[in-house]
Amino acid sequence: MLKDITIGQYIPGDSFIHKLDARIKIIITIIMITVLFLIDSFIGFGLFLLFVIGVMVISKLPVKRVLNGLKPVFFLIIITLFLHMFLTRGGEVIWEWGFLRIEEEGLFTGLFMVGRILLLIMFTSLLTLTTSPLQLTDGIEYLLKPLARFGVPAGELAMMMTIALRFIPTLMEEAEKIMKAQKARGADFESGNIIERAKSLVPLLVPLFISAFRRADELALAMESRCYQGGTNRTRLNELELRRSDIYALIGVIIIAVLLSFR
Amino acid sequence: MSLIEIKDVDFLYREQENKALSGVNLSIEKGEFISIIGSNGSGKSTLAKLLNVLLVPTKGQVFVDGFDSSDPENVWKIRQKVGMVFQNPDNQLVATTVEDDVAFGPENLALPSDQIRERVDKSLEMVGMGGYQSHPPHELSGGQKQRIAIAGIIAMLPDCVVLDEPTAMLDPMGRKEVLKTIKYLNEEEGITVILITHFMEETIFSDRIVVMDGGEIKEIDKPAKIFQNIELIKNAGLDVPVAVQMANELRSSGLNLPEVMDIEELVNALC
Repeated sequence: MLKDITIGQYIPGDSFIHKLDARIKIIITIIMITVLFLIDSFIGFGLFLLFVIGVMVISKLPVKRVLNGLKPVFFLIIITLFLHMFLTRGGEVIWEWGFLRIEEEGLFTGLFMVGRILLLIMFTSLLTLTTSPLQLTDGIEYLLKPLARFGVPAGELAMMMTIALRFIPTLMEEAEKIMKAQKARGADFESGNIIERAKSLVPLLVPLFISAFRRADELALAMESRCYQGGTNRTRLNELELRRSDIYALIGVIIIAVLLSFR
Repeated sequence: MSLIEIKDVDFLYREQENKALSGVNLSIEKGEFISIIGSNGSGKSTLAKLLNVLLVPTKGQVFVDGFDSSDPENVWKIRQKVGMVFQNPDNQLVATTVEDDVAFGPENLALPSDQIRERVDKSLEMVGMGGYQSHPPHELSGGQKQRIAIAGIIAMLPDCVVLDEPTAMLDPMGRKEVLKTIKYLNEEEGITVILITHFMEETIFSDRIVVMDGGEIKEIDKPAKIFQNIELIKNAGLDVPVAVQMANELRSSGLNLPEVMDIEELVNALC
């Protein structure tokens, strides 16, 4: 049951988008998110959507996987829409029933917000779908490096992310083992209401946490004895390398971003 | 001078009354294969941790290649010279792919990436895991994981590898693989090996065996000698290997048998 949970959502591939440098992809994502908040017309949203679809086609991702990413935020979208529709005032009254009233302004802001959230999630999931967690970590480390001067521990953060990724499957396996052990002693994880079920997780979480701390302890020893002295002064097996196509992609995106936001 | 020189070392863990080690003297030569055996709490793991400065002796000194381990300046030099493999293979692998994990040590030594690549590939070849570069560690068996951990140490080009009960959590297959790798590294690559274990059977290939009990070294001798000293083994809280036990019983009932250390030798002696 726990084995079905995948780490990240990376789908391996060899498209142009997959091969782009992780740093460039992160920068592009940041640029496009900014653009998304500058757009204030439906035409703008439409053009942005076209761009997203374009990237999706180039990256040869299954459409279903991209849309799957939207499922968890479904409620957020509905709530955002309704809150804006009923609470934001201004413009003509479109619909009225008892104390409920929808005005023009509210409807538009609501739709804008929904459009923003949808496109935001679709676009950011394109990043995680086409970039392996490892590359993503490397990319973040490189981008944070200049901030090391101001005390941002870029190397340590990257190491933390790598270790987290490394230990997710190990801890999953362990959780499953503990679950089986507790079940064998009569624990019940499946019945009861939500509060009861949450309570039944305590005998699973306590041993899991204890063992995680023990692992952390041993891992720290092992890392120290392999000469780990913190994130500074380390080199990498696979250094990231900017290629010409990365630069072109970045320039292309900047042009699109400028056109979209100052149209 | 010997590669490792342990001089009159005591070690006391904080908040504990009894010394974990007392009056330990041991020198280990380059290229040797030393086994340290003892039951739980005999001080063998503490001794191992002194060798690469995870612990510093309370009294006495440890020298590695002439460097004094009590001098903080020498810590990283010594750790590069003495690599350490721990019991649980899961808790010593840091990266999400095999090659990145083996590269961890060399990366810490700040080597250029082409050199790291060369060392990673060579080390994986040496432990018999060539071709597994891009595998995620959690998909490997225990024995394979432990061999990756060994490769990660070898990639730092240490003079000596200390293995702290490397087979304790493995199945018989994994145990065999790991022991074969250790033997290969010692015999073919000339790496000094210090194997800490409580399985007598694993020590037959070593040049010398150190028997520990209650924080003291009880005996240092060749395997053939140690294996015959059943009293010593029993006093140290260890199990006498079946073949040795059997040979002993046969001998005491009048059969003329040479010294044997494992089942194979016993079979050869009998048939």
